[in-house]
Amino acid sequence: MGFLSRSWAIAQKDIVAELRTRETVISMLLFGFLVILIFNFGIEPGLREENLVKPGVLWAAFTFAGILGLNRSFAQEKENDCLQGLLLCPVDRAVIYLGKFFGNLVFTAIMGVVVFIFFSVLYNVDLVGALLPMVLILLLASVGFSSVGTLFSSVSVGLKTRDVLLSILLFPVMVPVILAAAKSSARVLDGDGLGAGSLWLGLLVVYDVVFLAISVMVFDYTVEE
Amino acid sequence: MTTEGASEPLASTRSFGQRSMWVDVLGLLSLVGVLVALYLALLWAPTEAVMGDIQRIFYFHMPSAWVALGPAFTVAFVCSIIYLVKRDLRYDRIAAASAEIGVMFTTITLVTGPIWARPIWGAYWTWDPRLTTTLVLWFIYVAYLMLRASSAPGHKRARLSSVFAIVGFVDVPVVFMSIRWWRTIHPLLISGKGMSLDPSMEFVLMFSLGVFTLLYVYLLIVRVRQEDLKSRVDRLRQQLLMR
Repeated sequence: MGFLSRSWAIAQKDIVAELRTRETVISMLLFGFLVILIFNFGIEPGLREENLVKPGVLWAAFTFAGILGLNRSFAQEKENDCLQGLLLCPVDRAVIYLGKFFGNLVFTAIMGVVVFIFFSVLYNVDLVGALLPMVLILLLASVGFSSVGTLFSSVSVGLKTRDVLLSILLFPVMVPVILAAAKSSARVLDGDGLGAGSLWLGLLVVYDVVFLAISVMVFDYTVEE
Repeated sequence: MTTEGASEPLASTRSFGQRSMWVDVLGLLSLVGVLVALYLALLWAPTEAVMGDIQRIFYFHMPSAWVALGPAFTVAFVCSIIYLVKRDLRYDRIAAASAEIGVMFTTITLVTGPIWARPIWGAYWTWDPRLTTTLVLWFIYVAYLMLRASSAPGHKRARLSSVFAIVGFVDVPVVFMSIRWWRTIHPLLISGKGMSLDPSMEFVLMFSLGVFTLLYVYLLIVRVRQEDLKSRVDRLRQQLLMR
């Protein structure tokens, strides 16, 4: 088995567990919907600058819902000492990191796309035209979010204030991702297409590559006994 | 509960834990320096022609920003890496002390900036790249201190916080880049042509920069020594209990 297929096996484990319990993704989705709903009451109806506010609503929902999945990611491994079993696997620690990362990526990306569809219906977005470019942006943002998120989930899992701490650790580091995603999706929602926001897409790609690489390198230190 | 720190040999902190003359001299120098800097900035330096007296805040604003963004967070980053390589808790303590001082100076920067900006820009805050990056930086290092606060002292805490310090530090230039693609209105002092300041103002600024750096070094030494002693006390207590 190769490096990637081993990681995928770990991700598959998480996906199968999720399919059986349906705990994480459902709660992420509902939470994302609720954030959009609540933001809606903070925005004046018929606001002239509504288009400028929309991407902010979407990405706030994405961030807050995404953190729910990350909170569960390593917490569920702690139950019944599953993490011990995982660490005893005769594989490189980087494989374990990538496996958990792939699992989180799948959940986050699915959540992102479904939340976007919900959002586009409520905010009258041209779904057909915007869906493909938005899926690309959501995917790039999910990679950045899940890469650092998986690492920090492993950092915070053994600590007292686990869940709150993960948000406090992750949100400031996520600023470039959220900014770039909001800026590029603003262009798409304005009907300008992906090309207009290529600078921001480039930033997302750079962020993804840099932080995935760093996370793979330092993950080992977070699970060491 | 036993901490992993118990494995550290007692002798390793002994030399650092003792008071030494030159640390006191450094402290005295910092004190005198800060007093002279206060005099220079508030009384000696000429009043700025356009901004008036409010400009004097800049002699403390910029040196604070320099100490935080320059030595303080860089030392925290470098010592975190050294800890992960060498596994010597001393470096973890240096990183923590440096980050703590960095947060303090970032706070001073974030407080003095808006006081100046209100009369000059007409607003306490703008989402300028430097301001925003400094704010995000503040959040990152406060998170670092929170992470340390919610874990027991020892190698596990050192590992986790080192990982976070490394990721957080690498994030800073990316944050700055991403926010720079908006317009910037922060005064640019040092351009390609050198400093755009009156010579006497430049002197006060340079003096203040020097004093703040000195103060940082002094605070760092005192804080690290304090942490060294604390971990030594912890280990002595454990030895006593095991007896």
